[in-house]
Amino acid sequence: MMCDICGKKKATVHLTEIVDEQMSEMHLCEECARQKSVQMEQQFGLADLLAGLADFGKTPGGEPEKVDLQCPNCGMTYEEFRKFGRLGCSECYEAFKMYLTTLLKKIHGSNQHLGKTPIRMPQAEKKRIESLQDLRNQLMQAIQMEDFEKAAQLRDRIREVEKLEKKEPDKKEKKK
Amino acid sequence: MEFNDFVHTTGQWLMGTGTNANIVMSSRIRLARNLMKKPFPNKARKKDLMDIMGMIQEAIAQNDYFKNSLFVKISELDNVDKQFLIERHLMSHEHAANPEGKALVVSKEEILSVMINEEDHMRIQVLKSGFDLDETWKIANAIDDSLAQKLDFAYSSSWGYLTACPTNTGTAMRGSVMLHLPALVMTKQINKVLNAISKLNFASRGFYGEGTQASGNFYQISNQVSMGHSEQDVIQNIHGLICQVIEQEEQARQALLLQNRPVLEDKIFRSLGVLKNAHIISSQETVELLSMVRLGVDLSIIKDVDRHAINELFLMIQPAHLQKLDGKKLSSAERDTKRASLIREKLGG
Repeated sequence: MMCDICGKKKATVHLTEIVDEQMSEMHLCEECARQKSVQMEQQFGLADLLAGLADFGKTPGGEPEKVDLQCPNCGMTYEEFRKFGRLGCSECYEAFKMYLTTLLKKIHGSNQHLGKTPIRMPQAEKKRIESLQDLRNQLMQAIQMEDFEKAAQLRDRIREVEKLEKKEPDKKEKKK
Repeated sequence: MEFNDFVHTTGQWLMGTGTNANIVMSSRIRLARNLMKKPFPNKARKKDLMDIMGMIQEAIAQNDYFKNSLFVKISELDNVDKQFLIERHLMSHEHAANPEGKALVVSKEEILSVMINEEDHMRIQVLKSGFDLDETWKIANAIDDSLAQKLDFAYSSSWGYLTACPTNTGTAMRGSVMLHLPALVMTKQINKVLNAISKLNFASRGFYGEGTQASGNFYQISNQVSMGHSEQDVIQNIHGLICQVIEQEEQARQALLLQNRPVLEDKIFRSLGVLKNAHIISSQETVELLSMVRLGVDLSIIKDVDRHAINELFLMIQPAHLQKLDGKKLSSAERDTKRASLIREKLGG
């Protein structure tokens, strides 16, 4: 039997795959089989690495620091999230905020959303967007306290709120 | 629309039309959306899933974009039907695996589809033929806006759209383009190209979806990050990257023609010959040969076969499609025979 991929060499590796009761067989030569297994390793996705990334309390060789946090809305614990890499509901983001800020930055290289906003903002979220004045006061405070990490975050949020406010009049003009 | 209406048709994305259709099969935008405060599918109980599905179903029923769409509950489908939808790129293996409380919505030409309660409450997909992410994004954006009139989406002003997996948080958008790159494979440059792509934070995978190897020289390239960039920026970045890959493939095709025209023509016509005459053929062999024939059509070496027919065959030669066409369960050996006869029929062998 010849290899299913190159058709040139003798097939020595026989692969059987079962997906949803569908069985498929592949007969491969050693070289093509090796290539296929390299490709399979490359499929190892970002999500699979998450559980590892979420272990940022870990010191080399030591056990990760145990985090005792739970989402009041869905009951998911941070430990559960760390294990499976999936959050339980939108409120988990608030409950695990402290850890997610770092995690999101690790994944995306940034933790700032710069994309679209929902056309109709849910009431709860509207309340969450602080007024610019309030944010500026907090920024001054942070600078006085020399908490520069917080100051940088506040600066980014002020920029974002300013951007949002600029966007809104545009939309109204277009509708006219 | 009824489920069985899909059996004898294929989606718009296989038309083989649009910009750069000789290399780009299709452009796709996927948006993940969740309802505020409702448990994500991995944390939801059966009752929660049914509630969520009901809310989304109601919003969709009142939405003009979904007029004459098919709405199916996954729990009401048998295994062949589920496999059929996966083969068509309308749903994932994950969606089929635990069918309780899950549904799928598909528009008539299959440009628009929504998986309900997959990893997120909604996975909205817009899929079109050719290279046009801008237009695909415009459609997805408009649909998202119209759904947001009725549904409260989970959203935070600093983190954007909130999703079950933090790898999607932010825009919750994936843009992807399916490319046919036989010349880069034949000239052994493909790994160089794929390495460069992964260094730029883009992912590549095969024709047959997540976790599959590239098959038939098809590569699907998509963005990985969803924070720190607007949707338009991400689309522009993918666009720029894909333009370069297209150029490389064009150059490789020209180089093959220039250096080895008789060898290339021989390979292409032998492929067509086997497809037109085989009486038993595996899907793996079919896909490799179809890729060569498609290249022949794209280079005008083969003139009497059209691209749409070849594109359709890539889809229809898969196991569940053959079984739906035949109207009964087929063993692996029976499928190899049915596959060969379908190909002969389509290519006029």
